[in-house]
Amino acid sequence: MATQFTRMLAGRNTAVVLASLGAGTLATGYLLTDSTAAAERRVLYPPSADFPDLRKHNNCMAASLTPAIYAHLRDKSTPNNWTLNQSIQTGVDNPGHPFIKTVGMVAGDEETYEVFSEIFDPVIKDRHNGYDPRTMKHPTDLDSSKITSGVFDERYVLSSRVRTGRSIRGLSLPPACSRAERREVERVAVMALSGLKGDLAGRYYSLGDMNEREQQQLIDEHFLFDKPVSPLLTSAGMARDWPDARGIWHNNQKNFLIWINEEDHTRIISMEKGGNMKRVFERFCRGLKQVEQLIHERGWEFMWNERLGYILTCPSNLGTGLRAGVHVRLPNLSKDPRFSKILENLRLQKRGTGGVDTAATGDTFDISNNDRLGKSEVELVQLVVDGVNYLIDCEKRLERGQDIKIPSPLAQFRR
Amino acid sequence: MPFGNTHNEMKLKYASAKEYPDLTKHNNHMAKILTPAIYELLRKRQTPSGFTLDDVIQTGIDNPGHPFIMTVGCVAGDEETYEVFKELLDPVIQDRHGGYKPTDKHKTDLDPAHLKVGGDDLDPNYVLSSRVRTGRSVRGFCLPPHCSRGERRAVETLSIEALDTLSGDLKGKYYALKNMSDAEQQQLIDDHFLFDKPVSPLLLASGMARDWPDGRGIWHNVNKTFLVWVNEEDHLRVISMQQGGNMKEVFNRFCTGLTKIEKLFKERKHEFMWNEHLGYVLTCPSNLGTGLRAGVHVKLPNLSKNAKFEEILKKLRLQKRGTGGVDTAAVGGTFDISNADRLGFSEVELVQMVVDGVKLLVEMEKKLEKGQPIDAMIPAQK
Repeated sequence: MATQFTRMLAGRNTAVVLASLGAGTLATGYLLTDSTAAAERRVLYPPSADFPDLRKHNNCMAASLTPAIYAHLRDKSTPNNWTLNQSIQTGVDNPGHPFIKTVGMVAGDEETYEVFSEIFDPVIKDRHNGYDPRTMKHPTDLDSSKITSGVFDERYVLSSRVRTGRSIRGLSLPPACSRAERREVERVAVMALSGLKGDLAGRYYSLGDMNEREQQQLIDEHFLFDKPVSPLLTSAGMARDWPDARGIWHNNQKNFLIWINEEDHTRIISMEKGGNMKRVFERFCRGLKQVEQLIHERGWEFMWNERLGYILTCPSNLGTGLRAGVHVRLPNLSKDPRFSKILENLRLQKRGTGGVDTAATGDTFDISNNDRLGKSEVELVQLVVDGVNYLIDCEKRLERGQDIKIPSPLAQFRR
Repeated sequence: MPFGNTHNEMKLKYASAKEYPDLTKHNNHMAKILTPAIYELLRKRQTPSGFTLDDVIQTGIDNPGHPFIMTVGCVAGDEETYEVFKELLDPVIQDRHGGYKPTDKHKTDLDPAHLKVGGDDLDPNYVLSSRVRTGRSVRGFCLPPHCSRGERRAVETLSIEALDTLSGDLKGKYYALKNMSDAEQQQLIDDHFLFDKPVSPLLLASGMARDWPDGRGIWHNVNKTFLVWVNEEDHLRVISMQQGGNMKEVFNRFCTGLTKIEKLFKERKHEFMWNEHLGYVLTCPSNLGTGLRAGVHVKLPNLSKNAKFEEILKKLRLQKRGTGGVDTAAVGGTFDISNADRLGFSEVELVQMVVDGVKLLVEMEKKLEKGQPIDAMIPAQK
């Protein structure tokens, strides 16, 4: 146990030091250990022999990965021995998605974003509307008191939700982690969560240990996450060893919920029925800060840096990792041909109420922010608040037979 | 998911007990055999190409059980896997292959003349089709769970080169999965030749579907009776099949074709993975030895409802599957009946077992149709 913890410390401290030095330091990466067999294979199969066939592909990775970049990066690895081939496997295996342009690559650890920055930086720029990790800084702001008009008309908004993810520095991410690392993530997270008090006090349900009654309860409450079936996730290797070290923690009031070791180390969710987004966000920020405090007390911290914000498995979740959304009824607006354009200009996206891989059924939509990186949490939640209020206003106008306007497009991010 | 052997070294910094998988709810051969002690012993090792213990067992961890069959729960990433991890794989092989010992020798016999008289006359009123398949791995290349794109493509190129030189009734054409036209694809589907990206979690969890459909394809002869799958679950799967009950002819073509292919690979300085103890080396330990599955689609509506059906199959060393393949149940009264064994019997012996066994099953079916008893016909355990 002591030896493990020492390694933990060494790993974390190294990562902290290197991460704070910025993009250049780890850019050279670590060459894969040279066994004779491995060296022979590299000669026999030069990078050009291994370059994936991406001609039928339409994801961010395929758009940016050239044979030259692949050749520079193929034989490198992060300190935890994660490679480029592993990062891109999900994008090679999944050429496209019917509803969204997928990213097509994942990180195996914090250093992935540095060692393979030659491909990750352009992908990040592509995905996050021009955010340039080489020159820009990402703002973090979890002061919920700044939100205005954050209570929606409940005749339209059925529920409000804010989620993000957090990764524990020093431990590999879900595509890469060994069973021991994954169990360590669970241990650290559960220990911290057991320190929450008041309206945040709650308990942990390990996926492997739960009994049938608990399982049914969690399903009924829409809390239970299941083994991923999306090939986007399974190709990335994050479902290995299911359900080992996976679980759900929620508070007694059932409006603050943590997923452990699903697509990220932790996913933090604040939600409630109705339209009080301000209260949802307030609880979100308070809970997040307390959890962070609790892990600090034990010598751990979250993966974060100035250029990329919070580090998560999928590059699409960098920055805030935040998705603030509502389930909202828009029977008239959704049939209006201007609906998509309105959403686009408000920088909102729609999903079905079953989540990212579903289409909307009926008139109820999941509406949330498009952006994750380059704007702070407060900015994004305010954007959702303002945007949803606008949509409701449009809906009411259409109900009354009045016309609606397409709003002017919002600025992409602070320069 | 192929991790580098260097990732394995990182894991060694954790105590073995921290890494040992939770197999308490598992029911496959790997889970029955992999003790914490064996895990601790083997986790330090890797094959020369970097395949590790966790790579071997990942599919067994991710798939605790299967509704119809007892799965193996491990795969090989290269030829050396069976040597480097023998403390796990020898007992798995012994368990799976009816007590086959680490010291046993396997015999290969691909001479169709050794089949006894008959085998060409299974009653076509009952036997709808006959098929023999096996697999072959090309020595020097990693197997599907572990191979790089470069290796997989090299196996494909080599295979196309070799198969292109086949002539006579074996002359044929290669269809790469990724280049197929819609018309070609539909034709292959109609012929029941097209294999699709695996959906079985048993296969996906082992990493063999990576980069699909790169480097995969189907070769078949003009007559559509001899077929080779390239880079599906194994480097090569070789299939001989036709409508009706002439298993002898099917096996004849199978042996002739296989022998020719092996010769063509040898001319190009490549051999198949084979050794005296394990016979032909394939990705899944269940396919070692002959890798041979000889089977028929046969109508047994009465016999299949008989209480003794399972027992009879067991005695004949046969197994049943649905006509959709290994992960399906039988529909109506038509079953896929094939040999249960792969290792420890030669190809000729296994095909003989299928021919003799299916003959008996059809006789029993006919008796039951007439309302006559079959108890006297039940054989002794082969």
